[in-house]
Amino acid sequence: MSEPAVIEFRDVQKRFASNAEPALAGVTLSVMRGEIFGVIGQSGAGKSTLVRLINALERPGAGTVSVDGIDVASLDADGLRRLRRRIGMIFQNFGLLSSRTVAQNVAFPLRLAGTGRSEIDTRVDELLARVGLTEHAHKYPAQLSGGQKQRVGIARALATRPEVLLCDEATSALDPETTRSVLTLLKELNAELGLTIVLITHEMEVVRRVCDRVAVLETGRVVETGTVGDIFSNTAHEATRRMLGAMAEHAA
Amino acid sequence: MSFANIDWSDIGQACLDTLAMLGGSLVLTILLGLPLGVLLFLTSGRQLLQNRTANAVVGFIVNVLRSVPFVILLIVMIPLTVALVGTSLGVVGAIPPLVIGAAPFFARLVESALREVDRNTIEAVQSMGATTSQAVWRALIPEAMPGIISAATVTAVALVSFTAMAGVVGAGGLGDLAIRFGYQRFQTDVMIVTVVILILMVQVIQFAGDRLAQHYTRR
Repeated sequence: MSEPAVIEFRDVQKRFASNAEPALAGVTLSVMRGEIFGVIGQSGAGKSTLVRLINALERPGAGTVSVDGIDVASLDADGLRRLRRRIGMIFQNFGLLSSRTVAQNVAFPLRLAGTGRSEIDTRVDELLARVGLTEHAHKYPAQLSGGQKQRVGIARALATRPEVLLCDEATSALDPETTRSVLTLLKELNAELGLTIVLITHEMEVVRRVCDRVAVLETGRVVETGTVGDIFSNTAHEATRRMLGAMAEHAA
Repeated sequence: MSFANIDWSDIGQACLDTLAMLGGSLVLTILLGLPLGVLLFLTSGRQLLQNRTANAVVGFIVNVLRSVPFVILLIVMIPLTVALVGTSLGVVGAIPPLVIGAAPFFARLVESALREVDRNTIEAVQSMGATTSQAVWRALIPEAMPGIISAATVTAVALVSFTAMAGVVGAGGLGDLAIRFGYQRFQTDVMIVTVVILILMVQVIQFAGDRLAQHYTRR
């Protein structure tokens, strides 16, 4: 990983008014261009908050989050919209528009950006073919399986040709087999497009399968960062061991 | 029982008056209440335009208007109604109090319909770089459309009953007929006919609203 960092957190803190404990208590980490970076932690560890700071769905209380060297907090509304078009995002509950067809969902970010009709049609066809949903183009999300819905989410997130893809527990609502096929797709897209992927999950198995590097998050702090090989072979921190233990129990 | 007291042309006119009050006030209620409901939703906690003060102020006004019984609102509003439309009587005079009575109610229903939209869907639209107005018009409202139509249906049914009360202060319509003839002159046949017509009206509104909501449901 000699590539420069594309996303950098510097001592980032975030506290929600309703909670006594901070969601993030001083997080520093870097995501390199072209890597698949995992953030693992149990629910309530601050993972969702962390990933939402990257595209400013949340704002940091202190510290800085920068993308391509630009402090996200410094952007005005217009700058933020441009940044968000370069960062795709997929969600645990897919976040699809239930009132629009598969093709209309994929076209949505392009229509928001004011892309021309014929260019949109070409791009949508291309994306649906890539995720294997061409024959479902005119269905509504409610008619699809979970795995198909997440493929629509991925196609939509990639519509504006982003450099970064954020995955918020993207496979947590899926069965193991569907999880594997979605992860395989993400890995392929990472290789084909040089897409940087930040993936948050509570499942070690997901990290083991696709991530290059991983940060272990516990109660708002990064307790361990390293390559997946390192973390799995010599887990220094107790939180990591606990999660590995939970995974072993699942397997048993 | 005979229907000796029924003057069908009076009944017909009363029906038209009631429908005119209902139609006029429903359109204006939606025009006023929809933005109000969207504002209540957007300014609430962790939403696109989160603003505690604005939310509290709008919420307070809505609650105050909703606490005034409609019969009282009709009377209290007479000076304002005259200032707005030149009269407090007839169909035209009934519309301002109907709208002020119904819009806050509709706004609250719209707010809760918008809350039904999946949080991830709103975040997804934001993450695509949508402006707030794009998020509202192209995502939130279309996603909540079945709920908003149901809200309009419930509001329309409430308005039917409000128009009957508006009859008390000289608005005309079926309620006026029922009170002046059916109640004050003991013409039970007039009472029965107006009530049956009101029941039919409500049934038709509910049926049409349900069908329309169904048409927009993709879940």
